[in-house]
Amino acid sequence: MNNDKLILGGREFNSRFILGSGKYSLNLIEAAVRDAGAEIITLAVRRANTKEQENILDYIPKGVTLLPNTSGARTAEEAVRIARLAREIGCGNFVKIEIMKDSKYLLPDNNETIKATEILAKEGFVVLPYMYPDLYAARDLVSAGAAAVMPLAAPIGSNKGLATREFIQILVDEIDLPVIVDAGIGRPSQACEAMEMGAAAIMANTALATAGDLPMMAAAFKNAVEAGRKAYLSGLGRVLTRGASASDPLTGFLHD
Amino acid sequence: MDNRFFVDGEHLSPSALEKKHRLETDSASRTDHMVYMDGMEHISSDIMDKVLSEMNSYDYSRYTAKDVRAALEHENCTVEDFKALLSPAAEPFLEQMAQRARLETSKHFGNTVYMFTPLYIANYCENYCVYCGFNCYNNINRMKLNMEQIEREMKIISDSGMEEILILTGESRAQSDINYIGKACKLARKYFRMVGLEIYPVNVNEYKYLHECGADYVTVFQETYDSDRYAELHLLGHKRVYPYRFEAQERALIGGMRGVAFSALLGLSDFRKDALASALHVYFLQRKYPHAEMSLSCPRLRPIINNDRIDPLDVHETQLCQILCAYRIFLPFVGITVSSRESESFRNGIVKIAATKVSAGVSTGIGDHESKYNGKETDGEQGDEQFEINDGRSLDVMYKDIAAEGLQPVLNDYIYM
Repeated sequence: MNNDKLILGGREFNSRFILGSGKYSLNLIEAAVRDAGAEIITLAVRRANTKEQENILDYIPKGVTLLPNTSGARTAEEAVRIARLAREIGCGNFVKIEIMKDSKYLLPDNNETIKATEILAKEGFVVLPYMYPDLYAARDLVSAGAAAVMPLAAPIGSNKGLATREFIQILVDEIDLPVIVDAGIGRPSQACEAMEMGAAAIMANTALATAGDLPMMAAAFKNAVEAGRKAYLSGLGRVLTRGASASDPLTGFLHD
Repeated sequence: MDNRFFVDGEHLSPSALEKKHRLETDSASRTDHMVYMDGMEHISSDIMDKVLSEMNSYDYSRYTAKDVRAALEHENCTVEDFKALLSPAAEPFLEQMAQRARLETSKHFGNTVYMFTPLYIANYCENYCVYCGFNCYNNINRMKLNMEQIEREMKIISDSGMEEILILTGESRAQSDINYIGKACKLARKYFRMVGLEIYPVNVNEYKYLHECGADYVTVFQETYDSDRYAELHLLGHKRVYPYRFEAQERALIGGMRGVAFSALLGLSDFRKDALASALHVYFLQRKYPHAEMSLSCPRLRPIINNDRIDPLDVHETQLCQILCAYRIFLPFVGITVSSRESESFRNGIVKIAATKVSAGVSTGIGDHESKYNGKETDGEQGDEQFEINDGRSLDVMYKDIAAEGLQPVLNDYIYM
């Protein structure tokens, strides 16, 4: 278990819980990072695009890897520009691509995301694309040079859990990159379930931001993600879906 | 029509007075408010027909407590549910509506509250809108800032920490032409991260030009969606043309603006119908332009210079709160702006439920930020205000007050593309 690291862009992480930073008070970020045991935190570049007063960057503890996102981008071109800006303002090499052309559901546009991933990966970014869990798109993202794929569990902010469960399972089974489940995870139990399925990590924001006690919920997610990971590594036992199981095997008559 | 709006200034010449009275009393003296004037671009759109047909058939008296309960139980709020939530039957459910609205707001916006301030750069106006302080017959100090003055105002506002600005003019193409407004946008880009516009409606290519100058958000208030009432209130000028105004947001989006804002001025007409139409205007336009960012405002009528009898009639704070909760439940993803027309206590309360953006450090006058922000007496000329504000808090005070409510004030969340 000690050697079980999440590896992204050649960097090793012990924590498999990625924290969002929007939607809640800046002065809670430090406690959330601490209690979540998070080593990666996302932030919207557009939120950091501010003058000196109250820059969100000042609230993020040292030693945590920044994962700037391109929210606000509607096309690949805009995402590329935002990613470059992130690098300029000192947010490092990691970038989470978010391209949305729908202000109501904020669903990611996979086609534009693939284009942006290709350009940014060539420029040396560690690209983590937020995507709708579509197998073909995920394969294209692998070819485009993504460092992981980040399929959504449910519409962002909905806290509805693993609505796309079957499709995320297909990505886990078929894609060789880490599959990080992002968006829609509303409860620690859902995070745990995704980890049991073989997800490499979980990203959550709204689930914490809307909780009564944010740092305590961060700790709950930490435990859930760890529990799910251990369950996955240990190999889940069988689950009976109907009736009982005969203790005498049906094939016991075979003697050769 | 009730004449609480009509005020005759002593400055008016006998012929001006005669024309004013004729416009006020003789509907035959007015132009047809549904006919485009020369130079007004006509885009092909069915959204106005859809909104008006829903609004005209809306009979809010037929909704009952049962409809309201059903609306609150539905996971997704339909148009029918929204109509129930706006009806008088929903008033006893205000607390439940507020709880639901708060949940939706936190899902989509977390606890963030955006801040902005308006900057009026001119108050010349060619319209006669009977309730407005800038109307062409009202006797006020008129002024238009030059670029140097605009820059000075922007510096003062920027020094206060503000990063989003909304540039406003009175509606006079002659005094405040597109080039003038474009230059102001270019200046604003130097001092602010986000530049919005609230000016007279223009054509697609003009919105495109203003977008290239740095503006990315266009606010146009329809004032009232009831076109007959609209015709009684907007007696003269370009603003008289109802459909050209209605289609302004769509032209702005075609012109490349990122976002558009909408509102009725509550108190001018039947507020429930106006609230329904405002939200449906957003709803239908969002379906046609899903990438666009949309926001709603909810201004109520305020007293103006030379007429302190103007008030929002039957739209009290309770009704306003009901409307805002209904907006939030029906359109959980849209921004909701509550301006300084409302009181400090109302704004402190509503940001916890439904509002996502508030103004601070507000002046609706022209060229008076130095005296208002720094208390400095200036010999410079100042232009009069559009209406009286209610909440005069500075950015600093507003920021602290929002944080004290457990919310996170945000000065910018935007990149100009």
